[in-house]
Amino acid sequence: MSTFNLRKEEEIINRLRSLYELYGYAQFKMSKFEEYDLYVRNKDFLISDGIITFTDTNGKLLALKPDVTLSIIKNFRASEGVVDKVYYNENVYRISGGTHSFKEILQLGVECMGHVDTYCQFEVLSLAAKSLSLLSDEVVLDVSDFGILTDLLESFGINTSLKKEILVAIGEKNVHDLERICANGGISAYDTGILTELVRLYGNPTEVLPRIKTILSDKIDSEKLNVLETLCKSLCDSGFSNMVRIDFSIVNGVDYYNGIVFKGFVKGIPSAVLSGGQYDGLMKKMQRNAGAIGFALYLDLMEDLLIEKKTFDVDSLIVYTDNVSFFDIDLILKKLISEGKTVLAQRSVPAKIKYKEMWKLTESGVELLERNA
Amino acid sequence: MFAKAGFECPQVMENTRKLIFENEERAVRYFWVKPSDVAIYVERGAADLGVAGKDILLEYNPDVYELLDLKTGICKMAVAAPVDFRDDVRKTLKVATKFSNIAKDYYLKKGRDIDIIHLNGSIEIAPILGLTDVIVDIVETGKTLKENNLEVFEDIVPISARLIANKSGFKFKNEAIRKIMESLSEQLKEENA
Repeated sequence: MSTFNLRKEEEIINRLRSLYELYGYAQFKMSKFEEYDLYVRNKDFLISDGIITFTDTNGKLLALKPDVTLSIIKNFRASEGVVDKVYYNENVYRISGGTHSFKEILQLGVECMGHVDTYCQFEVLSLAAKSLSLLSDEVVLDVSDFGILTDLLESFGINTSLKKEILVAIGEKNVHDLERICANGGISAYDTGILTELVRLYGNPTEVLPRIKTILSDKIDSEKLNVLETLCKSLCDSGFSNMVRIDFSIVNGVDYYNGIVFKGFVKGIPSAVLSGGQYDGLMKKMQRNAGAIGFALYLDLMEDLLIEKKTFDVDSLIVYTDNVSFFDIDLILKKLISEGKTVLAQRSVPAKIKYKEMWKLTESGVELLERNA
Repeated sequence: MFAKAGFECPQVMENTRKLIFENEERAVRYFWVKPSDVAIYVERGAADLGVAGKDILLEYNPDVYELLDLKTGICKMAVAAPVDFRDDVRKTLKVATKFSNIAKDYYLKKGRDIDIIHLNGSIEIAPILGLTDVIVDIVETGKTLKENNLEVFEDIVPISARLIANKSGFKFKNEAIRKIMESLSEQLKEENA
């Protein structure tokens, strides 16, 4: 029997939801609209600038939500020692990178807000790894600690605009421009060397982390590196060693992200399908006295892999002539359906249709005209 | 350079109208596409690696890794103006260019109010005919400017060919990409030695 178009995507969404519920994450449902003001105040946090706005009946400017995290933070109330764990499965509306036009994008994600400890970081990272495993067999989870990078830049004593320029080059793994920017900004050759080495190092945590520890030994406090090492080791011990990589070129919003950051890739999909990290900075900006970590999955990017290519539009095509009674048409359709086939009844053959078999139904009976499979 | 890195494809050198060349033995395929399209092919994952000018990367800002400066096709992005041009800061500056984003970004950083007129070619004519005050364009030798009575007014950014990689491709074909990168940078070092 033919599978329906979205079956695989729906199945994956259900499996992801079950996974999050298994770990006690509650579903966060929200309205399609939010006050525009929420997004304007936190514009830099949003992936795209464009927001669809409209005026409510009372004159208030509303927006079709381009993001879910901000709404979850808005509804968060801190309570001592408790971490709010939620997941969402919502449509967001924003400009898609490639087309430069608005798109409705299905976004699934997980957020933890409250007292975020190392276990909580590990839980979110392992949920990200498990989510990726559900999507494909060939996946990569790049992990970094953005705090280490910002601490290092802080130690150089440079201004914000230079810092931003450096972060752009790091995000592009652009060593040649990084060297030029550092030279123009008066950063010493030794410090520049540390930065370029950080950008160059990419790979398995067991190979890369010891080298990173050596080059950063006299530059930053080792605590963050130790946590990163513990998290990566635990992930590898949990069976994800094939997918976990260290990549210090993951650069997220400097005012929002402060700790562990990560991105997930699936072979055959040109950009990251999963993106997440610790965003205590955003919580602080929204006057929430708590930490937060989470990730989002962009399933729209997975369309090519999730929607199976159909060889046939329909199993059986029935072409009937004018004088056939509709009882007879119904009868033959029911018979074929009972055999587990999908059927389409037409007076003539639709253009470019692909069918496994074609039957002709006339007054004198039914006749198999063609079989393709 | 790619052949020297062990990814040769003799077909590329043949005089043919083909756009795709393959060397199955080396598991490599080369495409000829318009320079301005290279970044799109790489960003969308149709190609794992590409060679694109820094001008295109700055203009379209594709989400790719910029792995190496290949130090070929060296030129610069510059503001050019008629020889007798003086910038009257009381007025909005009219700028003709193919590179609207680069021009916008440059003048935004300077805090200068501009009016961009996007043209697709023969940009040099714009100030001569009084359409704009200046142009923002690629300058190689400056010969075209000189012949049209223009000169470089300000340099914006140096331009050269860059090796770019698709972000996802970089993860899954890391060993091959690293091998190419290392060989290319080795060759560049030798050339500059």
